[in-house]
Amino acid sequence: MKLTALATAFVAFLTSLAAPADADVTHVAVAANFTEPAKEIAALFKQKTGHEAVLIFGASGAFYTQITHSAPFEVFLSADSERPKMAVDNGFAVPDSRFTYAIGKLVLWSRVVDVTNGEAALKAGNFQKLSIANPVAAPYGTAAVETMKALGVYDALQPKIVQGNSIAQAFQFVDTRNAELGFVALSQLHAVTEGTRWEVPANLFSPIRQDAVLLRTGANSEASKAFLAFLKGPEAQAIIEQFGYALP
Amino acid sequence: MLGMPDDIWVPIKLTIELATISTLSLLVVATPLAWWLARSKAWFKEAAATVISLPMVLPPTVLGFYLLIALGPDGPGGAIASLWGARTLAFTFSGLVIGSIISSMPFVVQPIRNAFAAVGDRPLEVASTLRASPTRAFWTVALPLASPGLLTGAVLGFAHTVGEFGVILMIGGNIPGRTRVMSTAIFDFVETMRWREANLLAGGMVAFAFAVILAMILLEKRFTRAGA
Repeated sequence: MKLTALATAFVAFLTSLAAPADADVTHVAVAANFTEPAKEIAALFKQKTGHEAVLIFGASGAFYTQITHSAPFEVFLSADSERPKMAVDNGFAVPDSRFTYAIGKLVLWSRVVDVTNGEAALKAGNFQKLSIANPVAAPYGTAAVETMKALGVYDALQPKIVQGNSIAQAFQFVDTRNAELGFVALSQLHAVTEGTRWEVPANLFSPIRQDAVLLRTGANSEASKAFLAFLKGPEAQAIIEQFGYALP
Repeated sequence: MLGMPDDIWVPIKLTIELATISTLSLLVVATPLAWWLARSKAWFKEAAATVISLPMVLPPTVLGFYLLIALGPDGPGGAIASLWGARTLAFTFSGLVIGSIISSMPFVVQPIRNAFAAVGDRPLEVASTLRASPTRAFWTVALPLASPGLLTGAVLGFAHTVGEFGVILMIGGNIPGRTRVMSTAIFDFVETMRWREANLLAGGMVAFAFAVILAMILLEKRFTRAGA
Protein backbone atom coordinates (compact mmCIF):
# COMPACT_ATOMS: atom_id res chain seq x y z
CA MET A 1 0.00 0.00 0.00
CA LYS A 2 2.76 2.35 1.04
CA LEU A 3 4.54 1.64 -2.20
CA THR A 4 1.46 2.55 -4.25
CA ALA A 5 1.14 5.83 -2.39
CA LEU A 6 4.80 6.54 -3.00
CA ALA A 7 4.47 5.71 -6.68
CA THR A 8 1.43 7.96 -7.00
CA ALA A 9 3.28 10.81 -5.33
CA PHE A 10 6.22 10.26 -7.64
CA VAL A 11 4.03 10.31 -10.74
CA ALA A 12 2.35 13.48 -9.48
CA PHE A 13 5.79 15.00 -8.98
CA LEU A 14 6.86 14.07 -12.51
CA THR A 15 3.65 15.50 -13.94
CA SER A 16 4.23 18.75 -12.11
CA LEU A 17 7.69 18.94 -13.72
CA ALA A 18 6.27 18.34 -17.15
CA ALA A 19 3.42 20.84 -16.74
CA PRO A 20 3.34 23.50 -19.45
CA ALA A 21 5.34 26.58 -18.58
CA ASP A 22 3.56 29.73 -17.51
CA ALA A 23 2.74 32.13 -20.31
CA ASP A 24 5.38 34.60 -19.17
CA VAL A 25 8.27 32.21 -18.82
CA THR A 26 10.56 31.16 -21.66
CA HIS A 27 13.23 28.47 -21.59
CA VAL A 28 16.30 29.47 -23.53
CA ALA A 29 19.05 27.03 -24.51
CA VAL A 30 22.21 29.15 -24.56
CA ALA A 31 25.57 28.23 -26.10
CA ALA A 32 28.23 28.04 -23.40
CA ASN A 33 30.33 30.90 -24.79
CA PHE A 34 27.38 33.30 -24.43
CA THR A 35 26.75 32.51 -20.74
CA GLU A 36 27.71 35.85 -19.17
CA PRO A 37 26.03 38.22 -21.66
CA ALA A 38 22.92 36.00 -21.65
CA LYS A 39 22.63 36.36 -17.88
CA GLU A 40 22.82 40.14 -18.09
CA ILE A 41 20.38 40.27 -20.97
CA ALA A 42 17.91 38.01 -19.15
CA ALA A 43 18.09 40.20 -16.04
CA LEU A 44 17.46 43.35 -18.04
CA PHE A 45 14.71 41.57 -20.01
CA LYS A 46 12.90 40.71 -16.80
CA GLN A 47 13.25 44.23 -15.50
CA LYS A 48 11.90 45.79 -18.72
CA THR A 49 9.15 43.33 -19.69
CA GLY A 50 8.30 41.34 -16.56
CA HIS A 51 8.81 38.12 -18.51
CA GLU A 52 11.21 35.59 -17.16
CA ALA A 53 13.85 33.87 -19.30
CA VAL A 54 15.10 30.65 -17.75
CA LEU A 55 18.57 30.03 -19.17
CA ILE A 56 20.03 26.59 -19.79
CA PHE A 57 23.73 26.55 -20.71
CA GLY A 58 25.52 23.92 -22.74
CA ALA A 59 27.16 22.90 -25.98
CA SER A 60 25.26 23.76 -29.16
CA GLY A 61 25.72 20.28 -30.60
CA ALA A 62 24.26 18.62 -27.54
CA PHE A 63 21.39 21.12 -27.51
CA TYR A 64 20.54 20.35 -31.10
CA THR A 65 20.36 16.62 -30.37
CA GLN A 66 18.15 17.35 -27.37
CA ILE A 67 15.89 19.62 -29.43
CA THR A 68 15.35 16.88 -32.01
CA HIS A 69 14.22 14.76 -29.07
CA SER A 70 11.62 17.24 -27.81
CA ALA A 71 13.64 19.05 -25.18
CA PRO A 72 11.51 21.60 -23.28
CA PHE A 73 13.21 24.72 -24.72
CA GLU A 74 11.41 27.48 -26.59
CA VAL A 75 14.40 29.50 -27.78
CA PHE A 76 17.81 28.36 -28.99
CA LEU A 77 20.86 30.64 -28.97
CA SER A 78 23.44 28.61 -30.82
CA ALA A 79 27.19 29.14 -31.15
CA ASP A 80 26.88 28.68 -34.90
CA SER A 81 24.46 29.30 -37.74
CA GLU A 82 24.43 25.70 -38.96
CA ARG A 83 22.37 24.13 -36.18
CA PRO A 84 19.63 26.78 -36.07
CA LYS A 85 19.36 26.40 -39.85
CA MET A 86 19.04 22.62 -39.48
CA ALA A 87 16.41 23.13 -36.79
CA VAL A 88 14.36 25.17 -39.27
CA ASP A 89 14.97 22.80 -42.18
CA ASN A 90 13.95 19.77 -40.17
CA GLY A 91 10.82 21.37 -38.77
CA PHE A 92 11.94 21.92 -35.17
CA ALA A 93 11.97 25.70 -35.40
CA VAL A 94 9.72 28.45 -36.73
CA PRO A 95 10.69 29.38 -40.31
CA ASP A 96 11.98 32.97 -40.71
CA SER A 97 12.65 33.31 -36.98
CA ARG A 98 16.38 32.74 -37.42
CA PHE A 99 18.77 35.70 -37.12
CA THR A 100 22.38 36.41 -36.18
CA TYR A 101 22.56 37.84 -32.66
CA ALA A 102 26.34 38.03 -32.32
CA ILE A 103 29.54 37.44 -34.23
CA GLY A 104 32.27 35.73 -32.25
CA LYS A 105 35.84 36.99 -32.05
CA LEU A 106 38.70 34.55 -31.82
CA VAL A 107 41.69 35.16 -29.56
CA LEU A 108 44.99 33.41 -29.04
CA TRP A 109 45.61 33.49 -25.31
CA SER A 110 48.46 32.33 -23.08
CA ARG A 111 49.48 32.49 -19.45
CA VAL A 112 52.94 31.10 -20.15
CA VAL A 113 54.41 32.43 -23.40
CA ASP A 114 54.15 35.86 -24.96
CA VAL A 115 51.55 35.81 -27.73
CA THR A 116 51.22 39.55 -28.22
CA ASN A 117 52.42 38.86 -31.72
CA GLY A 118 50.36 35.72 -32.18
CA GLU A 119 51.36 35.04 -35.75
CA ALA A 120 55.07 35.02 -34.88
CA ALA A 121 54.44 32.89 -31.76
CA LEU A 122 52.54 30.30 -33.79
CA LYS A 123 55.21 30.21 -36.47
CA ALA A 124 58.02 29.90 -33.93
CA GLY A 125 56.18 27.02 -32.25
CA ASN A 126 58.05 27.26 -28.93
CA PHE A 127 55.45 25.38 -26.95
CA GLN A 128 54.32 21.83 -26.32
CA LYS A 129 50.54 22.01 -26.24
CA LEU A 130 48.08 24.24 -28.04
CA SER A 131 44.47 24.04 -26.90
CA ILE A 132 41.50 24.45 -29.23
CA ALA A 133 37.82 23.52 -29.07
CA ASN A 134 36.77 20.37 -30.91
CA PRO A 135 36.78 21.63 -34.53
CA VAL A 136 34.05 19.26 -35.65
CA ALA A 137 31.60 20.14 -32.92
CA ALA A 138 32.45 23.72 -31.96
CA PRO A 139 32.62 26.70 -34.35
CA TYR A 140 35.46 28.33 -32.41
CA GLY A 141 37.45 25.14 -32.96
CA THR A 142 36.75 25.27 -36.70
CA ALA A 143 37.84 28.90 -36.75
CA ALA A 144 41.06 28.02 -34.92
CA VAL A 145 41.92 25.38 -37.50
CA GLU A 146 41.10 27.78 -40.35
CA THR A 147 43.37 30.38 -38.80
CA MET A 148 46.31 27.98 -38.51
CA LYS A 149 45.76 26.85 -42.09
CA ALA A 150 45.62 30.44 -43.32
CA LEU A 151 48.94 31.11 -41.58
CA GLY A 152 50.42 27.93 -43.03
CA VAL A 153 51.28 26.48 -39.61
CA TYR A 154 48.57 23.84 -39.24
CA ASP A 155 50.60 20.83 -40.38
CA ALA A 156 53.52 21.75 -38.17
CA LEU A 157 51.33 22.39 -35.12
CA GLN A 158 48.97 19.46 -35.47
CA PRO A 159 50.91 17.12 -33.14
CA LYS A 160 50.75 19.79 -30.43
CA ILE A 161 46.99 20.33 -30.57
CA VAL A 162 44.81 19.23 -27.70
CA GLN A 163 41.06 19.51 -27.98
CA GLY A 164 38.58 20.64 -25.40
CA ASN A 165 35.12 19.26 -25.78
CA SER A 166 33.80 22.82 -25.87
CA ILE A 167 35.32 26.29 -26.02
CA ALA A 168 34.88 26.38 -22.23
CA GLN A 169 37.20 23.40 -21.86
CA ALA A 170 39.70 24.83 -24.35
CA PHE A 171 39.82 27.90 -22.09
CA GLN A 172 40.22 25.79 -18.97
CA PHE A 173 43.24 23.94 -20.41
CA VAL A 174 45.00 27.28 -20.93
CA ASP A 175 43.81 28.67 -17.61
CA THR A 176 45.25 25.71 -15.68
CA ARG A 177 48.41 26.13 -17.81
CA ASN A 178 48.26 22.49 -18.89
CA ALA A 179 48.44 23.93 -22.39
CA GLU A 180 50.76 26.90 -22.82
CA LEU A 181 48.41 28.65 -25.22
CA GLY A 182 45.09 28.21 -26.92
CA PHE A 183 42.42 29.66 -29.14
CA VAL A 184 39.52 30.91 -27.08
CA ALA A 185 36.59 33.27 -27.50
CA LEU A 186 37.20 36.93 -26.74
CA SER A 187 34.02 36.87 -24.64
CA GLN A 188 35.68 34.39 -22.28
CA LEU A 189 38.44 36.88 -21.54
CA HIS A 190 35.96 39.58 -20.56
CA ALA A 191 36.95 39.53 -16.90
CA VAL A 192 40.48 38.18 -17.40
CA THR A 193 43.54 40.38 -17.08
CA GLU A 194 46.22 37.68 -16.85
CA GLY A 195 48.46 36.54 -19.64
CA THR A 196 48.96 37.86 -23.11
CA ARG A 197 46.52 37.77 -25.99
CA TRP A 198 46.32 38.25 -29.72
CA GLU A 199 43.03 38.97 -31.37
CA VAL A 200 42.97 36.94 -34.58
CA PRO A 201 42.33 39.18 -37.62
CA ALA A 202 38.85 38.48 -38.99
CA ASN A 203 40.18 37.75 -42.49
CA LEU A 204 41.91 34.56 -41.30
CA PHE A 205 38.73 32.59 -40.57
CA SER A 206 35.12 32.54 -41.70
CA PRO A 207 32.88 34.62 -39.44
CA ILE A 208 31.55 32.84 -36.38
CA ARG A 209 27.89 33.78 -36.80
CA GLN A 210 25.92 32.89 -33.72
CA ASP A 211 22.28 32.48 -34.67
CA ALA A 212 19.14 32.48 -32.57
CA VAL A 213 15.94 30.74 -33.51
CA LEU A 214 12.40 30.36 -32.14
CA LEU A 215 11.64 26.69 -31.65
CA ARG A 216 8.29 25.10 -32.58
CA THR A 217 7.54 24.61 -28.89
CA GLY A 218 7.65 28.38 -28.45
CA ALA A 219 5.67 29.35 -31.54
CA ASN A 220 2.78 30.58 -29.40
CA SER A 221 4.75 31.79 -26.41
CA GLU A 222 4.63 35.56 -25.89
CA ALA A 223 7.64 35.57 -23.59
CA SER A 224 9.75 33.67 -26.12
CA LYS A 225 8.92 36.05 -28.96
CA ALA A 226 9.50 39.01 -26.66
CA PHE A 227 12.91 37.63 -25.66
CA LEU A 228 14.02 37.32 -29.28
CA ALA A 229 12.78 40.83 -30.05
CA PHE A 230 14.65 42.11 -26.99
CA LEU A 231 17.80 40.31 -28.11
CA LYS A 232 17.69 42.33 -31.36
CA GLY A 233 17.15 45.61 -29.55
CA PRO A 234 19.74 48.29 -28.67
CA GLU A 235 19.94 47.45 -24.96
CA ALA A 236 20.84 43.82 -25.58
CA GLN A 237 23.19 44.79 -28.39
CA ALA A 238 25.12 47.10 -26.09
CA ILE A 239 25.68 44.18 -23.69
CA ILE A 240 26.68 41.85 -26.52
CA GLU A 241 29.30 44.30 -27.79
CA GLN A 242 30.58 44.99 -24.32
CA PHE A 243 31.32 41.28 -23.89
CA GLY A 244 33.57 41.19 -26.93
CA TYR A 245 31.28 40.19 -29.79
CA ALA A 246 30.76 42.00 -33.06
CA LEU A 247 27.23 42.83 -34.14
CA PRO A 248 25.85 41.64 -37.46
CA MET B 1 40.17 -4.79 -38.57
CA LEU B 2 38.15 -5.54 -41.68
CA GLY B 3 36.24 -2.62 -43.11
CA MET B 4 36.46 -0.58 -39.91
CA PRO B 5 37.57 3.00 -40.40
CA ASP B 6 40.48 4.21 -38.31
CA ASP B 7 38.41 6.53 -36.19
CA ILE B 8 36.49 3.52 -34.90
CA TRP B 9 39.34 1.05 -34.67
CA VAL B 10 41.97 3.30 -33.10
CA PRO B 11 39.85 4.18 -30.02
CA ILE B 12 39.00 0.49 -29.52
CA LYS B 13 42.66 -0.47 -29.59
CA LEU B 14 43.60 2.38 -27.29
CA THR B 15 40.84 1.49 -24.83
CA ILE B 16 42.03 -2.11 -24.63
CA GLU B 17 45.62 -0.95 -24.10
CA LEU B 18 44.59 1.50 -21.41
CA ALA B 19 42.43 -1.04 -19.59
CA THR B 20 45.12 -3.74 -19.76
CA ILE B 21 47.92 -1.53 -18.47
CA SER B 22 45.69 -0.01 -15.79
CA THR B 23 44.48 -3.43 -14.62
CA LEU B 24 48.00 -4.84 -14.35
CA SER B 25 49.19 -1.77 -12.43
CA LEU B 26 46.10 -1.97 -10.26
CA LEU B 27 46.79 -5.59 -9.32
CA VAL B 28 50.35 -4.68 -8.35
CA VAL B 29 49.22 -1.76 -6.18
CA ALA B 30 45.91 -3.12 -4.91
CA THR B 31 47.04 -6.58 -3.78
CA PRO B 32 49.47 -5.44 -1.03
CA LEU B 33 47.03 -2.70 -0.10
CA ALA B 34 44.17 -5.19 0.21
CA TRP B 35 46.42 -7.52 2.21
CA TRP B 36 47.24 -4.76 4.62
CA LEU B 37 43.59 -3.73 4.91
CA ALA B 38 42.56 -7.34 5.59
CA ARG B 39 45.27 -8.12 8.17
CA SER B 40 46.41 -4.90 9.79
CA LYS B 41 45.20 -3.79 13.19
CA ALA B 42 46.21 -0.16 12.69
CA TRP B 43 43.65 2.29 14.06
CA PHE B 44 43.62 4.37 10.86
CA LYS B 45 43.01 1.33 8.65
CA GLU B 46 39.34 2.08 8.00
CA ALA B 47 40.12 5.72 7.27
CA ALA B 48 42.57 4.54 4.59
CA ALA B 49 39.94 2.16 3.20
CA THR B 50 37.53 5.08 3.04
CA VAL B 51 39.97 7.22 1.08
CA ILE B 52 40.47 4.39 -1.40
CA SER B 53 36.71 3.99 -1.80
CA LEU B 54 36.03 7.69 -2.38
CA PRO B 55 36.14 7.50 -6.21
CA MET B 56 33.18 5.12 -6.04
CA VAL B 57 30.94 7.88 -4.73
CA LEU B 58 32.52 11.03 -6.10
CA PRO B 59 31.35 12.20 -9.51
CA PRO B 60 34.04 11.82 -12.20
CA THR B 61 34.05 15.60 -12.55
CA VAL B 62 35.53 15.93 -9.06
CA LEU B 63 38.32 13.50 -9.90
CA GLY B 64 38.79 15.08 -13.33
CA PHE B 65 39.05 18.55 -11.85
CA TYR B 66 41.62 17.62 -9.21
CA LEU B 67 43.56 15.47 -11.65
CA LEU B 68 43.75 18.28 -14.19
CA ILE B 69 45.39 20.44 -11.53
CA ALA B 70 47.51 17.64 -10.02
CA LEU B 71 48.84 16.50 -13.39
CA GLY B 72 49.50 20.06 -14.56
CA PRO B 73 52.52 22.34 -14.24
CA ASP B 74 51.53 23.41 -10.71
CA GLY B 75 51.08 19.88 -9.40
CA PRO B 76 53.16 16.74 -8.83
CA GLY B 77 52.36 15.54 -12.36
CA GLY B 78 54.12 18.55 -13.83
CA ALA B 79 57.19 17.84 -11.67
CA ILE B 80 57.31 14.25 -12.93
CA ALA B 81 56.77 15.35 -16.53
CA SER B 82 59.65 17.81 -16.25
CA LEU B 83 62.01 14.81 -15.84
CA TRP B 84 61.69 14.26 -19.57
CA GLY B 85 61.18 17.88 -20.50
CA ALA B 86 57.40 17.94 -20.69
CA ARG B 87 55.25 20.38 -18.72
CA THR B 88 52.23 18.30 -17.83
CA LEU B 89 50.94 14.75 -17.62
CA ALA B 90 47.51 15.85 -18.81
CA PHE B 91 46.78 14.92 -22.43
CA THR B 92 49.11 11.90 -22.21
CA PHE B 93 48.50 8.18 -22.10
CA SER B 94 50.35 8.02 -18.77
CA GLY B 95 47.98 10.65 -17.43
CA LEU B 96 45.02 8.50 -18.41
CA VAL B 97 46.60 5.46 -16.74
CA ILE B 98 47.04 7.45 -13.52
CA GLY B 99 43.44 8.67 -13.68
CA SER B 100 42.12 5.17 -14.37
CA ILE B 101 44.13 3.64 -11.53
CA ILE B 102 42.73 6.12 -9.05
CA SER B 103 39.15 5.88 -10.22
CA SER B 104 39.11 2.06 -10.55
CA MET B 105 41.05 1.37 -7.32
CA PRO B 106 38.05 0.67 -5.07
CA PHE B 107 36.63 -1.86 -7.52
CA VAL B 108 39.86 -3.86 -7.35
CA VAL B 109 40.81 -3.43 -3.69
CA GLN B 110 37.42 -4.39 -2.27
CA PRO B 111 37.06 -7.94 -3.70
CA ILE B 112 40.72 -8.76 -3.00
CA ARG B 113 40.43 -7.51 0.58
CA ASN B 114 37.32 -9.64 1.09
CA ALA B 115 39.09 -12.67 -0.34
CA PHE B 116 42.09 -12.21 1.98
CA ALA B 117 39.77 -11.74 4.93
CA ALA B 118 37.95 -14.96 4.00
CA VAL B 119 41.23 -16.89 3.99
CA GLY B 120 41.51 -16.11 7.70
CA ASP B 121 44.37 -16.79 10.12
CA ARG B 122 44.24 -20.54 10.18
CA PRO B 123 45.85 -21.55 6.87
CA LEU B 124 48.66 -19.07 7.56
CA GLU B 125 49.20 -20.44 11.05
CA VAL B 126 49.36 -23.94 9.65
CA ALA B 127 51.86 -22.77 7.05
CA SER B 128 54.03 -21.21 9.73
CA THR B 129 54.02 -24.41 11.85
CA LEU B 130 55.32 -26.11 8.71
CA ARG B 131 58.14 -23.54 8.79
CA ALA B 132 57.01 -21.47 5.86
CA SER B 133 58.27 -17.89 6.12
CA PRO B 134 55.52 -15.22 6.10
CA THR B 135 56.52 -14.22 2.55
CA ARG B 136 56.37 -17.78 1.37
CA ALA B 137 53.04 -18.31 3.12
CA PHE B 138 51.69 -15.24 1.34
CA TRP B 139 52.77 -16.46 -2.10
CA THR B 140 51.97 -20.14 -1.73
CA VAL B 141 48.99 -20.12 0.61
CA ALA B 142 47.16 -16.79 0.88
CA LEU B 143 47.45 -15.70 -2.73
CA PRO B 144 46.21 -18.95 -4.32
CA LEU B 145 43.36 -19.15 -1.82
CA ALA B 146 42.38 -15.56 -2.62
CA SER B 147 42.67 -15.99 -6.38
CA PRO B 148 38.90 -15.81 -7.06
CA GLY B 149 38.96 -12.36 -5.40
CA LEU B 150 41.95 -11.34 -7.49
CA LEU B 151 40.18 -12.45 -10.63
CA THR B 152 37.02 -10.57 -9.69
CA GLY B 153 39.08 -7.49 -8.92
CA ALA B 154 40.91 -7.70 -12.24
CA VAL B 155 37.71 -8.11 -14.23
CA LEU B 156 35.99 -5.25 -12.42
CA GLY B 157 39.05 -3.02 -12.76
CA PHE B 158 39.32 -3.73 -16.47
CA ALA B 159 35.60 -3.17 -17.05
CA HIS B 160 35.51 0.01 -15.01
CA THR B 161 38.48 1.44 -16.92
CA VAL B 162 36.81 0.64 -20.23
CA GLY B 163 33.71 2.41 -18.94
CA GLU B 164 35.58 5.47 -17.69
CA PHE B 165 34.33 8.65 -19.32
CA GLY B 166 34.18 11.80 -17.23
CA VAL B 167 37.75 11.75 -15.99
CA ILE B 168 39.14 11.07 -19.47
CA LEU B 169 37.00 13.80 -21.01
CA MET B 170 38.40 16.27 -18.51
CA ILE B 171 42.11 15.38 -18.69
CA GLY B 172 42.49 13.72 -22.10
CA GLY B 173 42.41 16.49 -24.67
CA ASN B 174 40.80 14.12 -27.20
CA ILE B 175 43.98 13.30 -29.12
CA PRO B 176 43.41 10.53 -31.70
CA GLY B 177 45.59 7.50 -30.99
CA ARG B 178 46.72 8.81 -27.62
CA THR B 179 43.85 9.90 -25.42
CA ARG B 180 40.73 9.40 -27.52
CA VAL B 181 39.19 6.23 -26.09
CA MET B 182 35.90 4.50 -26.90
CA SER B 183 33.72 6.33 -24.41
CA THR B 184 34.91 9.78 -25.50
CA ALA B 185 34.78 8.78 -29.18
CA ILE B 186 31.11 7.84 -28.74
CA PHE B 187 30.45 11.20 -27.14
CA ASP B 188 32.13 12.92 -30.10
CA PHE B 189 30.17 10.92 -32.65
CA VAL B 190 26.90 11.82 -30.94
CA GLU B 191 27.89 15.49 -30.72
CA THR B 192 28.70 15.60 -34.41
CA MET B 193 25.64 13.56 -35.37
CA ARG B 194 27.58 10.61 -36.75
CA TRP B 195 25.07 8.24 -35.22
CA ARG B 196 26.03 5.22 -37.29
CA GLU B 197 29.54 5.20 -35.82
CA ALA B 198 28.21 6.04 -32.37
CA ASN B 199 25.87 3.10 -32.65
CA LEU B 200 28.64 0.74 -33.69
CA LEU B 201 30.83 1.63 -30.71
CA ALA B 202 27.98 1.92 -28.22
CA GLY B 203 26.54 -1.43 -29.29
CA GLY B 204 29.97 -2.98 -28.85
CA MET B 205 30.17 -1.55 -25.33
CA VAL B 206 26.79 -3.03 -24.41
CA ALA B 207 27.85 -6.44 -25.70
CA PHE B 208 31.14 -6.15 -23.80
CA ALA B 209 29.45 -5.17 -20.54
CA PHE B 210 27.01 -8.05 -20.92
CA ALA B 211 29.83 -10.52 -21.50
CA VAL B 212 31.80 -9.22 -18.49
CA ILE B 213 28.93 -9.41 -16.04
CA LEU B 214 27.79 -12.82 -17.29
CA ALA B 215 31.34 -14.15 -17.03
CA MET B 216 31.58 -12.83 -13.48
CA ILE B 217 28.37 -14.53 -12.44
CA LEU B 218 29.36 -17.84 -14.02
CA LEU B 219 32.86 -17.70 -12.52
CA GLU B 220 31.49 -16.97 -9.09
CA LYS B 221 29.13 -19.91 -9.37
CA ARG B 222 31.96 -22.23 -10.33
CA PHE B 223 34.17 -21.10 -7.50
CA THR B 224 31.42 -21.42 -4.90
CA ARG B 225 30.61 -24.89 -6.16
CA ALA B 226 34.26 -25.88 -6.20
CA GLY B 227 34.69 -24.50 -2.67
CA ALA B 228 31.57 -26.19 -1.31
